[in-house]
Amino acid sequence: MLKIKTPKTQRAARALEKRAPKLVENGKKTLILHGTKTSGVLNDVLTQIYHLKRGNAVKYTKKNKEIRPFESGGETSLEFYSLKSDCSLFVFGSHSKKRPNNLVLGRLYDHHVYDLVEVGVENLKPMESFMYDKKLAPKIGSKPFFAFIGEGFESVEELKHLKEVLLDLFRGEVVENLNLAGVDRLYVCTAISQTTVFFTHCALRLKRSGTTIPRMELVEIGPSMDFVVRRHRLPNDSLKKEAMKTASQQSKKQVKNVSRDVVQGKIGKIYMPDQQVGGMALSNDIKGLKRQRREAKMKNSAKEDQAKKRKTDS
Amino acid sequence: MEAEKFQIDLGNLMAYDPSHHFPSLPDSREELTRKCLERGTELVQAVANALFSLPSSEDPDGPIVTLPEPTTKLPREKHLPKPKPPTKWEQFAKMKGIKNHKKDKRVFDEQTSTWKRRHGYDRVNDDKDIPIIEAKPTDEPGEDPFAKRKAEKKQRVEKQEKNRLQNLKQAMKAGALPSHVQLAATALPITGTKTEVPEKANKQELENVAGMAAAATASGGKFDKKLPGEKPAKHPGKYRKFLPVVEGKGLGSQEKQQTDKILNKLMSQSSHDILDVNKAVSMYNVKAEKRRKHEKEKGASSSNSGKLKPKKKSFKKSATKKSSKKSAPKKH
Repeated sequence: MLKIKTPKTQRAARALEKRAPKLVENGKKTLILHGTKTSGVLNDVLTQIYHLKRGNAVKYTKKNKEIRPFESGGETSLEFYSLKSDCSLFVFGSHSKKRPNNLVLGRLYDHHVYDLVEVGVENLKPMESFMYDKKLAPKIGSKPFFAFIGEGFESVEELKHLKEVLLDLFRGEVVENLNLAGVDRLYVCTAISQTTVFFTHCALRLKRSGTTIPRMELVEIGPSMDFVVRRHRLPNDSLKKEAMKTASQQSKKQVKNVSRDVVQGKIGKIYMPDQQVGGMALSNDIKGLKRQRREAKMKNSAKEDQAKKRKTDS
Repeated sequence: MEAEKFQIDLGNLMAYDPSHHFPSLPDSREELTRKCLERGTELVQAVANALFSLPSSEDPDGPIVTLPEPTTKLPREKHLPKPKPPTKWEQFAKMKGIKNHKKDKRVFDEQTSTWKRRHGYDRVNDDKDIPIIEAKPTDEPGEDPFAKRKAEKKQRVEKQEKNRLQNLKQAMKAGALPSHVQLAATALPITGTKTEVPEKANKQELENVAGMAAAATASGGKFDKKLPGEKPAKHPGKYRKFLPVVEGKGLGSQEKQQTDKILNKLMSQSSHDILDVNKAVSMYNVKAEKRRKHEKEKGASSSNSGKLKPKKKSFKKSATKKSSKKSAPKKH
């Protein structure tokens, strides 16, 4: 006979609920980890990506000997970590003589590797080296803008893939409502050659333009670096087909008896049936019916009064 | 408009400029950055133009717009949740057309003549509240009706638990187990999609394993103590059968039959090998050639015997080649 395991606490139940597959998904979490060897540059890159993704990323600091995403069998522990931390994006850094400053960006579907892009990092300019007004610094978790520049993103297979992965990696949660006061960051990706992408992160400054649409101004806040595409692996077709499935767009359930008014705001109509007091089932544990204590108090006070009166009389 | 040449995905706040091309890379890094940012400003302005012209609603924190769906399709994180299969009861209710209707939480209890909860602690028709159970003619003597009631209740609870488990198993097979439930007998699958209920070992498998274990001694389990009710292990192979040594009437002829059978089989198998026509023909040809050679040599030494040969040959060829009686053997 099978034994059923259910969470003992409500908190655990909620945590499991969060991880379950959903019709409309929440934002993807990113797992940041590295191989046996990393360079200083790579350490910087990983930390900075972690800072960019803060709140939606998990960073592992131990060396991982057995992770080789492109090799068969090298992804098992990666998939396990993804299951453990509930991440479906990963950034894996490794440094070797053959592939210096190597960064593997990848996505997972159902905790299995979906696709991979390998890039080399060059010309890193870390965040700390940029001087700017700290008031402009973007808030954690704000929805970023993206600007992709260059025909390479369309003509070159690798870059096309990289574009999609970068978008998935940094876009955050898909939102329905956006606060226009909260737009404050932009990622600029430029294809400068067949293999190289210049990537930078900017803050947005909204300036008055006299119209309702503000004039955008960019302030580079870093990090900025070059990605040189090395290997890449596209998802296989059947997996892709399954992963691209979306819930059939159901028409939203019509809300009855609620209307909106410009002046009054939200208006709701409530229908009250006749309250049939006679036929109502009353129980003995309704608070309003607990008279005893109050009555007892009144009785007591009446007695005392009488006693006092007697005293004064005598 | 300039925005026309950009691809804008407002759901992702993304703009893409596919037309831009660097004729030659700028020399310095600063130059490159400056150019990229210039271009980026244009793009972000294009997005902002679209974004800020969306209808917005005021909020104390700022204007809020409703974003359209992203046009760039990106893969899901996890598979779509699968619909839960209906439970046995739901199937039955659907078949019978039974519909749920709400019941009051509070019910009037006639035992205590008060209003009580339908379920749970201090509920209506609680066993505790029954002081007397009236005897019926069908009651068996010596049976405690209170204990019986209790046992029945326990059975019902157990049955319900069994049903629940069965329904959960079905849900698991469909891959639609509620997220908070884990069936402990299964190893945690790495994916949510593939789940299998482990099969129970059936009787035959168990017997096999038990037999193997029993026969794992030097004597093949011959001298082991048997447990009460244990059957001897099944012999897996065939037994050899020996034919009687002495021939008799009935069985005795079996050996002959057997050997006959084998021989026939062998003969029939190699029957096509007995006469190789090609080989035979070539052998015959070679022999004939040899003979001819031999006779030719003889004929050279003494012509007397040579006269005999053509005559023999003419036995066949006389109808066609009568004129060349002498020359024919030479040609050959």
